[in-house]
Amino acid sequence: MSTSTVSLNDPAQQRRSFILVVCCTIIGAAAQVLIKKGAGALGANPTMLQTAIAMVLTPALFAGYSLYGISTILLVLALRHGQLSLLYPVFAMTYVWVTILSVAVFHESMNPYKLAGIVAIVAGIAVLGKEQPA
Amino acid sequence: MAWVMGASFFGSFGALFLKIGAGKLQRNLLSLITNWRLLLGIAFYLFSSVLFVFGVRKGELSVLYPMVALGSVWTLLWSRLILGEPLTRPKLVALGMILCGMAFIGMGAR
Repeated sequence: MSTSTVSLNDPAQQRRSFILVVCCTIIGAAAQVLIKKGAGALGANPTMLQTAIAMVLTPALFAGYSLYGISTILLVLALRHGQLSLLYPVFAMTYVWVTILSVAVFHESMNPYKLAGIVAIVAGIAVLGKEQPA
Repeated sequence: MAWVMGASFFGSFGALFLKIGAGKLQRNLLSLITNWRLLLGIAFYLFSSVLFVFGVRKGELSVLYPMVALGSVWTLLWSRLILGEPLTRPKLVALGMILCGMAFIGMGAR
């Protein structure tokens, strides 16, 4: 592991960071699906404390938030060598995965709006992926 | 809606501090624990996700999803103002496309 003396403008590093953030979004999406599965354990109007307790005691919630933790660690590693303004918007990719997973796991319907949204987000992220630091 | 807007705002600060903290990471464990910027970033993130959970339980997703994407707008702003990263046209174009995409997904999600 090197310290962050590597230039922010190294395209190879930037690309690696970009791929790492995309991995983060896959893990983050899995986390969200688990959290949605576990959210039923919460009452109608949970307090902050009840929410915190449920996070630890409900397996699906615990697993979901653990995955969030892992994706945060990956994000930190990615951010060491990349521009924040190029990497952070890639997080919207999470919602593409979540939409696809919701159709697969919760049998939600796919519709033209969702499809258009997925296409627009993926295209936007492709623009970011091509944009190298000057 | 205010919950989720707050979540996106604090989340963007989380990302900012994670970025600043990540740049100062070293190999030894002590530097990880005393890296207050990193810890502050994580704290902002946790706070933001709690706000998000509250917001999602109440509001309409078609409004909430674009609010989430607003986090990217804040983050681009801080990247420019605080980190001094260049704000290029492709970044803005990509951001616009992502905002539109989030709006569409939100509209389809009801």
